Amino acid sequence: MLRRTLLTSAAAGFGLALAGAAAAGEPMDKVKACFVYVGPIGDGGWTYQHHDGALQVQAAYGDKVELQWQESVPDGADAERVLTQMALGGCNIIFTTSFGYMDATNAVAAKFPNVMFEHATGFKRDHPNVSTYNARFYEGRAVQGTIAGRMTKSNKIGYIASFPIPEVIMGINSYYLHAKKVNPDVEVSVVWAYTWFDPAKEADAAKALIDQGVDVIAAHTDSTAPLAEAAKTPGVIGFGQASDMAEYKDGPRVSSIIDNWGPYYVKRVGALLDGSYEQIDAWEGIAGGEVLIGEITDAVPADVKAEAEALRDAIAAGTYHPFTGPINKQDGSAWLADGQTAPDGDLLGMGFYVEGINGDIPQ
Amino acid sequence: MDIGGINPVILVASLMVAAVPIMLAALGELVVEKSGVLNLGVEGMMIVGAICGFMAAVGTGSPVLGFLAGAVGGAALSLIFAFLTQVVLANQVATGLALTMFGLGLSSLMGQGYNGIKPPLTGKVPFGPLSDIPVVGPILFNHDWMVYASIALVAAVWWVLRSTRLGLIVRAVGESHDAAHALGYKVNRIRLACIAFGGAMAGLGGAYVSLVRVPQWVDGITAGAGWIALAIVVFASWRPWRVLIGAYLFGGITVLQLNLQAAGSAIPVEYLSMSPYLVTIIVLVIMSSGKGRASLNAPAALGQNFHAAR
Repeated sequence: MLRRTLLTSAAAGFGLALAGAAAAGEPMDKVKACFVYVGPIGDGGWTYQHHDGALQVQAAYGDKVELQWQESVPDGADAERVLTQMALGGCNIIFTTSFGYMDATNAVAAKFPNVMFEHATGFKRDHPNVSTYNARFYEGRAVQGTIAGRMTKSNKIGYIASFPIPEVIMGINSYYLHAKKVNPDVEVSVVWAYTWFDPAKEADAAKALIDQGVDVIAAHTDSTAPLAEAAKTPGVIGFGQASDMAEYKDGPRVSSIIDNWGPYYVKRVGALLDGSYEQIDAWEGIAGGEVLIGEITDAVPADVKAEAEALRDAIAAGTYHPFTGPINKQDGSAWLADGQTAPDGDLLGMGFYVEGINGDIPQ
Repeated sequence: MDIGGINPVILVASLMVAAVPIMLAALGELVVEKSGVLNLGVEGMMIVGAICGFMAAVGTGSPVLGFLAGAVGGAALSLIFAFLTQVVLANQVATGLALTMFGLGLSSLMGQGYNGIKPPLTGKVPFGPLSDIPVVGPILFNHDWMVYASIALVAAVWWVLRSTRLGLIVRAVGESHDAAHALGYKVNRIRLACIAFGGAMAGLGGAYVSLVRVPQWVDGITAGAGWIALAIVVFASWRPWRVLIGAYLFGGITVLQLNLQAAGSAIPVEYLSMSPYLVTIIVLVIMSSGKGRASLNAPAALGQNFHAAR
């Protein structure tokens, strides 16, 4: 036990020495920026976009930045080990790019007060060196929902969900609300895949939805497999998720949500370099350029395209909030009054479906 | 026709497709284990087969060549395992695990630049009007040829193991390598051949994932299918037809739980997700109760290296 304590304190000391210059307020000559990815960079979606953001940091600062990354790190104990290793290895700032790293990030951050941690899509900032950042994906889902509601012929739209966390539930609600707005008969089927990345399972989930008569599929998982599956059935359309997935433009992909992390990463590493770094809780959307709507293809009629783009622009301009009342919860109780917009706190803790969605959220 | 919002015909048809990769891989591993070798590298061989098959199919435009290349790729990787365990007598468990990790890394390296490419379509077997027969048509006569090939392979492996001299030799090597050696059989060479066969089958299964089921290449595409294949071999108590049943069960439950959700069923998905593994544990408990290892039907020399001392 003593030996372990000794090792830990030695480790902490080492981290301190290496990262000493990272103390807020002092400019740095060189920053080592590290990234932890939940999937492989080659997933063509979520992780690919984070890595793209990392490369933008390199492009922006050149020699002043050293990059390090690790792919396919599972949540839990492994994540803590990887983070500790990175902190010991001289990383000045570590971006942990999946919700599941939340506790590991905070636990390791406690041991390395001079290393900056940035956790994506989480809400825990237990220590002054932990910042969180997220993107308002639900804004993109609103645009997708509009297209889905207009395009569906069977009035059944599908959503391949990953895990029952607020970010995903928010997406389902926004998608459904906006489909319903343009097509009151629409129904949404939600399939929980319980994975961020499992192409075969994602394809199976898409197939199950198609078998049930769904003809518009949105995915909240990371790979392009749902689109590949949708391509097998004529008349079924889908959306690129996290990345543009432009290679399916000739097929089912009619639009996409693109996670554009680059500007945020460049800003944060830049702040560390010039000494203006501070703990923040960032949540940008279409307006801030973190969420981009991929090109809407010609498979979508011009009027629908114009409607979707108008919605996108209204959200960007701040004149429209995707969650504007009156909205009831699934059980019929009131959530937002007429004209009221959803407070961020409600969204970040969202654990309920809105009225009209069938089925239960798994607990 | 629909039960709980699910059309059973469509369900059966889709579970037959979903089961092909794990069935092929499990069948190969069954032969390997029958010869007394435990190769835990199925996942690695599958994914190398997946990328080799994908590269060949994209390069030549022919899915058939893709599947061939997948089998060759899987077999080539398995030869590394064969060399380490049969020639230099390394520990099989450790080598197999290493093979999986190596395969995952190698496939990722080979797959650079293959993201987002679509492979040529694997055609369905033209059964003409047969495929329009209600119920029977979609289930039996509306698949690509690999589905039929995989079932034929189960039959072939069953027949060879049960009724041929070759099968007897393989089983002898797996049950008692000393006795087989005393009879003059080259134990390590026979095992090497079985390992290569297992690798080829895993490669075929992997190629089916990248060419038909997901039709694209992404890193880590097999996502644990190799481990399920290993479980199926135990579940099947080393009998080929039970591999088929096991694969349909495991594949079927994946499809069923997604279908149930899409149909809005109230059964919690967690129960269905864990049910195949629960069944495996129950089968293991039942089989191993009472008569011990013999009733489990595990090859007696499973996992033991053979060194000809005399």
